[in-house]
Amino acid sequence: MAEQISIFIENKEGRLAEVTAILRDAGVNIRALSLADTTDFGVLRLIVNDNDKATTALRDQGFTVGKTRVLAVEVNDEPGGLNQVLDPLSEQDVNVEYMYAFANPQCKNAIMIFRFDDLEKAKVVLAEQGIKVIDKEEISNL
Amino acid sequence: MPIYDIDYETMPREGLEAIQLRRLQTTIERIYATVPFYKETYDKAGIKPSDIKSLDDLRRLPFTTKQDLRDNYPYRMFAVPMDQVVRIHASSGTTGKPTVVGYTKRDINTWADLMARSFAAAGATAGDIIHNAWGYGLFTGGLGAHYGAERLGASVIPVSGGNTKRQITIMQDFKPTILCGTPSYILHLAEVALEMGVDFKDLSFRSGIFGAEPWTERMRRELEAKLNLKAVDIYGLSEVMGPGVSVECVEEQKGLHVAEDHFIVEIVDPDTLEPVSPGDPGELVFTTITKEAFPVIRYRTKDITSLNPVPCTCGRTHMRMNKPSGRTDDMLIIRGVNVFPSQIESVLMESREVAPHYQLVVDRVDNLDTLTVKVEIDEASFSDDIKGLQAMEGEISHNIKEHLGVSAKVALVEPKTIERSQGKAVRVIDNRQF
Repeated sequence: MAEQISIFIENKEGRLAEVTAILRDAGVNIRALSLADTTDFGVLRLIVNDNDKATTALRDQGFTVGKTRVLAVEVNDEPGGLNQVLDPLSEQDVNVEYMYAFANPQCKNAIMIFRFDDLEKAKVVLAEQGIKVIDKEEISNL
Repeated sequence: MPIYDIDYETMPREGLEAIQLRRLQTTIERIYATVPFYKETYDKAGIKPSDIKSLDDLRRLPFTTKQDLRDNYPYRMFAVPMDQVVRIHASSGTTGKPTVVGYTKRDINTWADLMARSFAAAGATAGDIIHNAWGYGLFTGGLGAHYGAERLGASVIPVSGGNTKRQITIMQDFKPTILCGTPSYILHLAEVALEMGVDFKDLSFRSGIFGAEPWTERMRRELEAKLNLKAVDIYGLSEVMGPGVSVECVEEQKGLHVAEDHFIVEIVDPDTLEPVSPGDPGELVFTTITKEAFPVIRYRTKDITSLNPVPCTCGRTHMRMNKPSGRTDDMLIIRGVNVFPSQIESVLMESREVAPHYQLVVDRVDNLDTLTVKVEIDEASFSDDIKGLQAMEGEISHNIKEHLGVSAKVALVEPKTIERSQGKAVRVIDNRQF
């Protein structure tokens, strides 16, 4: 199980750079990031090495910060690798709400961050398939 | 231009004031006997109906406010039993509950007369075809103008608001000669007509009566140039009657003649509530002196304007009020709909315990008012689910439309980004250039 932090940001010039500067100044390293946006606002989703530090620094600067439980899943770096993860989940009616990739130079496989509509069920299905789910500590140490 | 009611509209001031006093005394006596609110208020102030011996004595009576109407919601300000009430209208109040007003048969009759006078003042006669683009419904504009047009003997097209392209087709085919509506909507309509390749020079309009929201001389020039007609201003509010309380004459187009045989007009300093010096601006206050179902005494309109006692070249002796220039409260008029920031606040509070910080931004795009409600997000309502956040915007927007009857775009914004002055949020940014 991994924890993602999410930040509400308005679609304004330079706003994303402000967020990353706050994290830089707090000494927080971003491991993965995805930005979902509408015409007015966006939600920035981040996996960082220190959630508490990142949350405190951002809240101090007036940002709204949320926490979401997500799964970091190891995906074989080969054709069909993603389907090995998605197919059994879809057979069990577990839906992906969103997903994004994780930068991991130490591992030959890819790591994907998933938000599922039914996280507990997803964990069970992935365990049955022998698919590796990376936990919070591991992510922080990567 | 012919004056509709020559006897009353051109009556010498002396005679007019004698009629006003008699009608005022009758009204005060009647409401003292029939409306508990007035009896209690006057008893408390130690005033009896018999104390009203001159028009100046009106100043001894306490004011009536929108709050008083709200406290007596819905019917307790009515001065007749319901079996004599033949019509009910309502306008928006400050907290979701509307202000309810009633009319007897005679009130409807008076109103029709005053609207007929208004059309005549704009240059209309029985031979005219009147295109009525004010909304029909609880709002007094549509039906008020409708009855007045019929009373004048003109042909009225009850087109109501919206459906702009169809309105333009009707204008081309039915050839109306007099136009009435909300000025910002009419300007929008003119632009749509232009896009459709319709030139108002090819239409048949001679005059337009515009009101239900404040408009300026700049807008008059624009309306007259774009629509190829003479534009006159009309004023009214449901609490006093509806449109036709005052109207400009097409001869001068300079100030609105108040129907002084039915309403006594005062201008007071909104802080001291004392009368201002003649001609000075202040809050407009009305007393109805012929209304049966819903009389109001010294009703504070919250509109800011001044009176012009100079006799008018049109021959009417009724005093003119200048175009209202603003409000003493925070009421906004958006596409003819009255909107109070507090109403938006109560909508926002429907779904939560505490109202979030919000701000109303009003713009005018292509002559149509747009309302954007900015709402600060907080951690309690934030989720990383974009669809959920958009649904929240949609729900607020839907609730505003349901409760206030006005379309608004809702935009979630970051916390603490709404401007605060001295710790207090700036609730309204009005970017409209009137």
